[in-house]
Amino acid sequence: MPSPAGAVVKAPSAPATHGARAPGPGYWKTLEPIAISLGAVCVAMLLFGVFLAIDGLNPLDVYAEMFRGAFGTWFSFQNTLQRAAPLMLTALCTALPAQLGLVVIGGEGALVVGGVAAAVIGLALHDSGPYVILTGMLLAGAIMGGLWIGLVGVLRAYRGVNETISSLLLAYIAIALMNHLVEGPLRDPLSLNKPATRHIGDANMLGPIPGMDVHWGLVYGIVACIFAYVLMKRTVFGFAAAMTGGNLRAALLSGLRVRRLMVLTCFMAGAAAGVAGMVEVAAVHGRANASLVAGYGYAGILVAFVARQNPLGVLPVAILLGGIGASGGLLQRNFNLPDASVNVLQGILFMVILASETLYGRLDVWKFARRAAAAKASTAGAVA
Amino acid sequence: MTMSTKASQSSHSRRAFGSCFGVALCALTLLNCSKKTDAMTSAALPASGAASAAPAAGKPFTVGFIYVGSKSDYGYNQAHAEGAKSLAALPGVKIREEENVPETLDVQKTMESMIKLDGATVLFPTSFGYFDPHILKMAEKYPDVTFLHCGGLYDPAKHPKNVGSYFGYIDEAEYVAGIVAGMTTKTNKLGFVAAKPIPQVLRNINSYELGAKSVNPKATLSVIFTGDWSLPVKEAEAANSLIDQGADVLTAHVDSPKVVIETAEHRGVFSTGYHANQSALAPKGYLTGAEWNWEVVYKDYVAKIQAGKPWEHLVRGGFKEGFVKMSPYGAAVSDAAKAKADEAKAKFTDGSLTVYTGPLKDNTGKEVIAAGAMQGQRDIALESMNYLVDGVKGSVH
Repeated sequence: MPSPAGAVVKAPSAPATHGARAPGPGYWKTLEPIAISLGAVCVAMLLFGVFLAIDGLNPLDVYAEMFRGAFGTWFSFQNTLQRAAPLMLTALCTALPAQLGLVVIGGEGALVVGGVAAAVIGLALHDSGPYVILTGMLLAGAIMGGLWIGLVGVLRAYRGVNETISSLLLAYIAIALMNHLVEGPLRDPLSLNKPATRHIGDANMLGPIPGMDVHWGLVYGIVACIFAYVLMKRTVFGFAAAMTGGNLRAALLSGLRVRRLMVLTCFMAGAAAGVAGMVEVAAVHGRANASLVAGYGYAGILVAFVARQNPLGVLPVAILLGGIGASGGLLQRNFNLPDASVNVLQGILFMVILASETLYGRLDVWKFARRAAAAKASTAGAVA
Repeated sequence: MTMSTKASQSSHSRRAFGSCFGVALCALTLLNCSKKTDAMTSAALPASGAASAAPAAGKPFTVGFIYVGSKSDYGYNQAHAEGAKSLAALPGVKIREEENVPETLDVQKTMESMIKLDGATVLFPTSFGYFDPHILKMAEKYPDVTFLHCGGLYDPAKHPKNVGSYFGYIDEAEYVAGIVAGMTTKTNKLGFVAAKPIPQVLRNINSYELGAKSVNPKATLSVIFTGDWSLPVKEAEAANSLIDQGADVLTAHVDSPKVVIETAEHRGVFSTGYHANQSALAPKGYLTGAEWNWEVVYKDYVAKIQAGKPWEHLVRGGFKEGFVKMSPYGAAVSDAAKAKADEAKAKFTDGSLTVYTGPLKDNTGKEVIAAGAMQGQRDIALESMNYLVDGVKGSVH
């Protein structure tokens, strides 16, 4: 994080809106997103509290219990992080192309093909050591996922096919392909009632992070988000992407290779989701099967949009969503609320956060104070 | 397009948001971590308090149930939830339920959460796909907790001692439902909407057709596989398509037969249910149905574990053991059909009826069971069934 004042000057990608908004004292720029986000969370909790009260429950009890389930114990917090890990990777599948103005919603497909490819390579390399196997699986997942969404980029860049629709449809194809493969050519004959590939072997599985009960997928997710942030906000590539996203015609006129940018960005987006699939296979299931289709790809879209497509914003939003998931079970178990109540909370929370976006630049109390001071000074000057 | 442009612009202008919110959240969570010991002890307190408050009942016995779908789905999950409800009525037993838990790490975390935060000592993670690797992993990690899984997958050579698995021979009930369907059909065409061509499903389809043929040799059964356990739109399409082909009794083997039963009722044809009782969905056309009776299994397990008695790792049963039952006959079922069905049920109960008896041909003309041979309820060959019997229209591929 550079100093907030420096961000405006140094960052080449800063759009005009930055200049248009009167820059307040430095600390308000830091404080603004925190204040607005926390305010939004409070408003959402208030609204959901009404919902709980109608149901005859004490909202404070429920929130205390949710806190216990999401962050209140070391186990709970790890549970939250574990659930957040795949979302970080799948969110990038939407957030990266969004820099170019593309809406890609097919992360689920990239995750599935990435997982299948990782399983295939993991099984093909079964005589090598675990490190070779896991590296091979990681590459296979990333490349296969990358090619899947890369295809969406190619179709968009060279054939003008709408990337939203094509990525969604490709997700269905990916799932069908996976079902065909695990029920046919890749099927472990012993997997009778739950068709799956063979197991990659316990010794070759991706273990937990030392000292934690969270698998390495969390590290992959954090590293990928930081990498994506640096790439998109601190490099020429990112500047070109932002320019394409901001004004396609201007980007073309300035000679940017827009098509290449689209394909490459889509490839990286798919690679992130493909790695999420690899982690599911390598750290959780040990094999590819229908359990890969768990909705992580679709939840990632939500995370990306709530994070306003900012790769670093993805991290806290994924953790928030993970926390809701981790504590959602307690709502059911201790308060007998239906599972849908978690969706209600999630819906309220994210709608309020998205709505709170309109408040940016409008709550700058210092701006008004400064204006008043400036007005006073000019009056004083005129008098003098 | 406009939406994304706007979104990406706003991400530039508010790039500080992510990191700052992140910092705030990290601060918040660090705070929690430092407090974790307090939270853990305070979480443990109510449990011990409750134990001392009820000395007569002894330790509170908490049983956790985990469902893959909604527990009021008129199907697989509801059947389990009904069994769970019967336990809640027992003295000293407390149940904890969580629905819509996918077969991913989520279910491992739900199991751990039930153990750590609710103090559960017996868990019933009910979905078939929960077993490997999720239950196995948790069972190794928590050797004092008992994990009981629906699916009959327990292997004493490979699996931990605190794991058990149970399943029912519900194809017996499908055979009886097939008899009712065969006696009721006017077109001699029956329809079956199925999820996947896996042994469990094929066995139900084949038993249904064999039951129907036992009373109506002209009865044929058309099968449509939807490809997955819960695809309501495809299930409705399949049901409509079967009815358009002339089928006048429909049934299904998917997670929830709700859509198929409702579509049949709407189109004015008969239906037989699966998993749970769906008669409320089709008051006119619902004939009967093959239902689970998990209450028997759950009460037995819990009584044994609560008393500290040994329990069986692998439990299986049909009509005889009370693991399966039939939905009450609907108004459209004739007395003759009832008599035939009751007769078959009685024979299953006393063990004198075997569904898979030779000579039996599959629907490509290949002999799958030779004349004079017989594959009883517990025959291992039936566990890897990969054919549809003669009279079934459809393909396993």
